[in-house]
Amino acid sequence: MAPTAGGQGSGARLRSDGLEGQAGSGSRAGSGSRAASSAPAESGSAAEVGQTSSRVSFQTEPARYRHWRLAIEPPVATLAMDVAEDGGLDAGYELKLNSYDLGVDIELYDAVQRLRLEHPEVRTVVITSAKEKVFSAGANIRMLATSAHATKVNFCKFTNETRNGIEDATANSGQTYIAAVNGTASGGGYELALACQHIMLIDDRSAVVSLPELPLLGVLPGTGGLTRVTDKRQVRRDLADYFATRAEGIGGARAVAWRLVDEAVPRSEWDQSVAARAQEFAARSPRPPDGRGIQLTALDKSRSGDSIGYRHVSARLDHAAGEVSITVRGPRQDAPADVRALYHEGDAFWPLAVTRELDDLILDLRTNELELGTWVMRTEGDSQRVLAYDRLLLAGAGDWLVNEIILYLKRTLKRLDVTSRSLIALIEPGSCYAGSLLELALAADRSYMLAGQFEDSEPRAEAAAIVVGDMNLGPLPMGNGLTRLHARYLGDPDALDRVCKQVGDLLLAEDAERLGLITFAPDDIDWEDEVRIAVEERASFSADALTGMEANYRFSGPETMETKIFGRLAAWQNWIFARPNAAGPDGALRRYGTGQRARFDRKRV
Amino acid sequence: MPVAADYGEKIPNNVRLHEDRRLQRALEAWQPNFLSWWDAMGPALPTRDVYLRTAVNVGREGWAQFAHVPMRDYRWGIFLAERDQDRVVAFGEHKGEPAWDKVPGEYRADLQRLIVIQGDTEPASVEQQRNLGATAPSLYDLRNLFQVNVEEGRHLWAMVYLLQAYFGRDGRAEADQLLRRSSGSLESPRILGAFNEETPDWLSFYMFTYFTDRDGKYQLGTLKESAFDPLSRTCEFMLKEEAHHMMVGTTGIDRVVERTAQLMAEHDTDEVVGHGAIPLKVIQKYLNFHYSVSLDLFGGETSTNVANYYTAGLKGRWMEERRRDDHKLTDDSIMVDALTEEGEIGQAEVAALIGLNTDLRREYIEDCQSGVSRWNKILESAGLPQRLKLPHVAFNRKVGAFARIEASPDGEQLSAEQWQHRKGDWLPTDVDKTYIRSLMQPVYERGKIAAWIAPPRHGINGQPFDYEYVHLT
Repeated sequence: MAPTAGGQGSGARLRSDGLEGQAGSGSRAGSGSRAASSAPAESGSAAEVGQTSSRVSFQTEPARYRHWRLAIEPPVATLAMDVAEDGGLDAGYELKLNSYDLGVDIELYDAVQRLRLEHPEVRTVVITSAKEKVFSAGANIRMLATSAHATKVNFCKFTNETRNGIEDATANSGQTYIAAVNGTASGGGYELALACQHIMLIDDRSAVVSLPELPLLGVLPGTGGLTRVTDKRQVRRDLADYFATRAEGIGGARAVAWRLVDEAVPRSEWDQSVAARAQEFAARSPRPPDGRGIQLTALDKSRSGDSIGYRHVSARLDHAAGEVSITVRGPRQDAPADVRALYHEGDAFWPLAVTRELDDLILDLRTNELELGTWVMRTEGDSQRVLAYDRLLLAGAGDWLVNEIILYLKRTLKRLDVTSRSLIALIEPGSCYAGSLLELALAADRSYMLAGQFEDSEPRAEAAAIVVGDMNLGPLPMGNGLTRLHARYLGDPDALDRVCKQVGDLLLAEDAERLGLITFAPDDIDWEDEVRIAVEERASFSADALTGMEANYRFSGPETMETKIFGRLAAWQNWIFARPNAAGPDGALRRYGTGQRARFDRKRV
Repeated sequence: MPVAADYGEKIPNNVRLHEDRRLQRALEAWQPNFLSWWDAMGPALPTRDVYLRTAVNVGREGWAQFAHVPMRDYRWGIFLAERDQDRVVAFGEHKGEPAWDKVPGEYRADLQRLIVIQGDTEPASVEQQRNLGATAPSLYDLRNLFQVNVEEGRHLWAMVYLLQAYFGRDGRAEADQLLRRSSGSLESPRILGAFNEETPDWLSFYMFTYFTDRDGKYQLGTLKESAFDPLSRTCEFMLKEEAHHMMVGTTGIDRVVERTAQLMAEHDTDEVVGHGAIPLKVIQKYLNFHYSVSLDLFGGETSTNVANYYTAGLKGRWMEERRRDDHKLTDDSIMVDALTEEGEIGQAEVAALIGLNTDLRREYIEDCQSGVSRWNKILESAGLPQRLKLPHVAFNRKVGAFARIEASPDGEQLSAEQWQHRKGDWLPTDVDKTYIRSLMQPVYERGKIAAWIAPPRHGINGQPFDYEYVHLT
């Protein structure tokens, strides 16, 4: 998370027109991102109804952006942040100084996605500000101070995922992000720059970068800030310590010397230098000069209080039980003959379509359905077709679009991994947990696979089977850098070997259980009760403890920058968020901008 | 796979066993194991057949059918009391909601644990008593022992049924473990300590059926109140059989006391050893021992587990529905036994929910007192001034508030030295036990009985005392 004193880093001048003004005045129409609910809020007490009466939607498109300007001049795209002060998701705060809330970040995510899938011609993306003197003041403080804990946590998770996606584009798509920091970047603003491969800071004797969260707000720069300063930019830890306690930030040559930025560029040379740097990075990109992008059309989505439907994915919401039943359907048609035919299908191409739908579903449920704590996942369809699509993707992995689709699936599965819900996969006859879709079962905290048949099924129905495919052996790693299979058999390479030898085989429940690919294999007689009791029992436990346990077990093995951000940094941040020193009535986050000093409990814990 | 009808025949039941595939399968695997357990751990004395009561249904007609049957062929049935469709939960936070006919996932672990603990005691007592047949004082008593044994076996079935029918794979595994643990085993003993002591003689057997089985009665009584309806109905029927076990204990002690009193009055002496009977002082010592050990079975004076069970609706109070309070107890309190700050025997006030063990133990104590009064009437009718009595609640306790102190049967606090010095006056000594063992000579001749016990007033099912209740091989 990246709460930032809006404009704090740029000194007293900005402070005066910044934070005090962030208290919103009156109601405003929300941005396009918040849709009116079509049904009354089902969950929660009456007191919460007011807050949940509308749902956040993650679907948007450039024509509807309120906070960003996207300009494409191949091979360079410029994404200029221009936050509408009155465009917050909720009334009650104003988004001054390019401070942001979830609505702003939803647009950023959309832009990043479209640049990757729709614009092969874009090889460098320049993130900059359309405002004078300020790059970005980070997450809006008033928004944070007035948000419920869960809202803050969800917001931070999503912003983290988007920034990881930016790094993924740079690393794997030949689409390099450059931060053209043309004014002060504080807190989350600087963290956004940190997600870019190259940081240029305008050297006008006033612009600085800063992480003022700790001194001003009593919280952490939690959108990867602390992690990236040391692990990515390799700023020396004692200097990083000084930097993160110094509210006024650091600019110019010192920022370069400490590796906080890559270069400081005089005003007079700014535009020219940014353009030159963008061209240099573009020249190194493997993206095809003549590639043809596809268009991401609006998702065909229906949403009510108790169901969410897309073409390939649907969900039933059971508020009484605190449970969502998610069904992911396999392809209805055979895979296209070759990559060329894939372009023809565009965003209707099944792997892309199902990934987009799953992505949107995860975000919708995660943000709007906090009390649905258990996601029960099923698949439906033809395993062989799923595997045929997988083969097409793997064979065409040299193609930029195929590459993007695999990477998108990878990111979406990672989103599932960091979702604070209990994930249970049910593997029943007629399911298609094969290859890429098997990842859903591997991502689950537990899986149940029916041994044999349901008694009332057709006599010739085939028993449930799963198939390990090449898609499970490398292209879809988790945040810890391991495949889900590898993480599953950590410390037991023989078990992993045995599974790898079965690639392509239909594995019935008995085999799957023996190989350790599933948790339990009840038969027809036990199935209903075993599953019901597991889900009901889950629902009775402390939601917080479950989240903690799941997050620990899901990421066995090595640490990466990503696991540190979602594990160490986010966990500390979420702890701090819940502590009185930040969130109490006298805490720094709540007191900020009131003119009163925070009062701290001085006890170290 | 055997046809379903077979099971209805072999296993009398009122749970629609022939329609329940899951249960059939589970019992197929379980029944052979049960029989080998019975062969290995059941009564050691070889018999041809025994005049046994078999329940073939829960109604007035069905629950007590008498015939001579080989024990191995006893038809261990599965019976639940009749279902009340409108039953609602009587207590706790689910009070007033419909009773549950399935296990709620939220309470799976707790319910399973309660059933396993209850179930574990049933085969345990069979194991503890397996050698008693060798020293039975009469065929009548031998038959009563075997009746208790087969019914404890049936109670095991009842608990196993619940585990198999409602708890899925975990339940089946637990059902299996019930047969794999065994009383007194080093490797895998029974769960509760008191059920790992062998029942060495018939005086102990009567005391056990009076005092320890009575603990079982009270535990079943609390489970009968459970919101989980199948458990409630199972326990309700078990209570009926349990009542008969306690009659074995009650009348057994009656007859021991009667015989002793008769000899004391006849010979005008306290010294009945010379006449082959059991001195009143020794009876009192056995009573002291079994009573105090059974008090421990109720657990500590306070328990948060039991409070949780109550609030969740898993386990109620004795006669819950006759209590006149809010059945939630969130605002009530209770005085429980405790050591005062000075370390003296006293009481302390705690939240009523926390003190539920004490509540149940008090019900039990009151019930025990009625037996003592009954035996004292026998002494009184014999014109004797001596009386039996229940020792103080702090006497010889290993669990709860008084576990750390020593006290006399009158509740006088003692130092460790005083206790060591005097405990032989109150608990059976090696000399006492050796004497009792010396009396334990079998009497298998019909119509005859050992010298240390009086014959019963009535036989079984209207049969005379000299009926051939057991055919030995």
